[in-house]
Formats: sequence, structure tokens, C-alpha cells
Amino acid sequence: MKTILLILLLFALPAWATDSFVPKLDVGKGGKCVKDPQWMRKNHMHMLKHQRTEVVHKGIRDDKINLQNCIECHASTEDDSVIARADSFCVACHRYEAVKIDCFECHSGIRKSAWLKRNAK
Amino acid sequence: MSDADVKRRNFLKTSLGAAAVAIAPSMLLYKVAHSESEDASSKVRWGMLIDTTQCKPGCNDCVTACNKENGLPGGTTPTDSQWMRKIEIKDVSTGRELSLPMMCQHCESPPCVDVCPTAASFKRADGIVLVDKHLCIGCRYCMMACPYKARSFVHEPLHNQNPDVPRGKGTVESCTLCVHRIDKGLQPACAESCTNKAILFGDLHDANSDIAKKVLSVASVQIRGDLQLNPGIHYQGL
Repeated sequence: MKTILLILLLFALPAWATDSFVPKLDVGKGGKCVKDPQWMRKNHMHMLKHQRTEVVHKGIRDDKINLQNCIECHASTEDDSVIARADSFCVACHRYEAVKIDCFECHSGIRKSAWLKRNAK
Repeated sequence: MSDADVKRRNFLKTSLGAAAVAIAPSMLLYKVAHSESEDASSKVRWGMLIDTTQCKPGCNDCVTACNKENGLPGGTTPTDSQWMRKIEIKDVSTGRELSLPMMCQHCESPPCVDVCPTAASFKRADGIVLVDKHLCIGCRYCMMACPYKARSFVHEPLHNQNPDVPRGKGTVESCTLCVHRIDKGLQPACAESCTNKAILFGDLHDANSDIAKKVLSVASVQIRGDLQLNPGIHYQGL
């Protein structure tokens, strides 16, 4: 009986891990741009912190590594935002990890082209 | 010294040399890839010359352009952000009236930078005085220190900011000289919008620039010049 239970548990674990506990997120256009996804998951915050100092203090505006560029590709194709819904690109993981994002209290979470369209007067 | 010691020493010497040879080219490449031309450089000193004789009383075009560019609501109550204001002044003895725009004067020795406890208030190499809102704790010492009353504090949560101009509650802000436009090679929004060409923007350190030539040839003053802060904004006809 014990061995049957153990075997059952072994088979059940992977299915349980992948199905309900991995956040499902809207990656927008997605694709690999800077580094592979696993590396980015671990290190994107360090890159953003380094880049913000370069931009604000030294005026070095990198075309590739900058928050606006991240949003450009990863904003949802439906609402042009990385923060609008529970499964938006930034929100989905940050909710899962229970890490508060401060970025968008000041920064716009909307794709720039969409922002310009919405605010054209 | 034993033979082993000498051998060890020689080995260390050659390996150090080899390491230097291996590292040097990549350092050189790094320098080429990150050329210094894109940095804000101290060879440049951004400034403005405002011709008050061309500035029309009642005209608010520069302020409107500033508000639109930076996503400011345009209110004028004490708790609203105002990066740029129009000021009307009158000489009571002669009755001469003048109108001029007032904003951050981008001092060479900015008092706001002196007093900032977190180094959030800083001066870029090219003379633009900015607030790093990542570091700002909202203490507002800089607002007290500024002799031009140029800074504002954001009291309420903000939404729908311009992607190029991040602004947020709890931080101090002021005229950035449209730094996001300058880095793209554009003029500040106010200078571009002025229909009377009263605002001349340029590099004060470049002897061939229009502004450097004009500052040489016409009488101009810096407001509160007695404080010897050497602002980057000059006024003509005051």
C-alpha cells in the first residue's frame, strides 16, 4: 500500500507543480532580446537599476536596455500595458512572488506609441 | 632565496604579463563600444538667453508647451506642480512693464544640491540640475533652499504619465530643461514653442553657438546675480 501511494505521489508532483502554481502571463510580442528568459527572470532588476543611474545621471540612453524598450515588446497586444491586468507581464510574476513593483508609480506602464495615440490632441 | 622561490617568482611574472595581454584588447573594445560622445559632457554647458523685450505680456505659450511636454495638469494652486511660470513686473518709478518666464535657473553652484540629504538633487556634467526621483525622499529641503522658488512637490498619486517624463507622488520636481529632448538633439519645448523667438537655447561653452555669441554682444543679467550661483539662464532687457 505504501509503495503504491509513493508511486502515485511521484506521478502527481510534476503535474501539480506545472498546472496550478506557475503564473500564466501575457508576454505581449515577447521573444528573446537581451538574454534568455531564465536569466532575465533572475537579473532584470539589477539591469534596470544599473541602467536608471546611467540614464538619469550620465545621460547615456541605451536603445536596447531601457524600461521603455522592455514595455514596447512585453506590453499586452490587447491593452498595450504591462500592469493593467492580473496576468499582465510584470504583475503576474510579481504577484506570484509577492514583490511590490514601485516602477510604475512614476513610470508609464503603457507602450509609448499607444500612449501617444491616446493622448494626441 | 631558494631555487623554487625564483621559479615561482618567474612563473608569477609571466602569468601576470599573459593576463595583461589577454585583458588589454577587450578593455580597448569596451572603450570603443561605449564611446564617451553619448555621455553628458562637461565640455557642454546648456543655457538659455531670454529676451524680455520680445516676451509678450499675457502670452503663455511657453508654459503651455512645458505643461504639455511634461504632462503637468497646468493648475496654479500652491499644491500644483509648476515647472515654469510667467511673471509680470513693473518699475513703479517709470511705469515700464515687463513679462518674463521663470523656472529652474540651472545654477553652476546649485543650493538645492548642497542641501539634499540623499544626493537625489544633482547637477549633470552638462550643467542641467535634476532630481533623481529614485533617491528623492520628499523632504523638500531643496524647495526651501532654491532662491527662485523653482521646485514643486507632487502631493497626489499620478496616472497616465508621459513615458519620457516619469513623475510621481512624494518626490520633488522642477524644470529639467527637457533633458529627454536634449539627449535626442532637440530643443526644450518652451524654446521651440515661443512664437516671438524670445527664448534662445544653446551651449554656452561653444564659442560658435548663437547663444554664446549673443551673450558676448548684448547686455544680459542673471537673476539674483548677487548670490553668485552662476545660473545657466540669462535674461536680456531686464
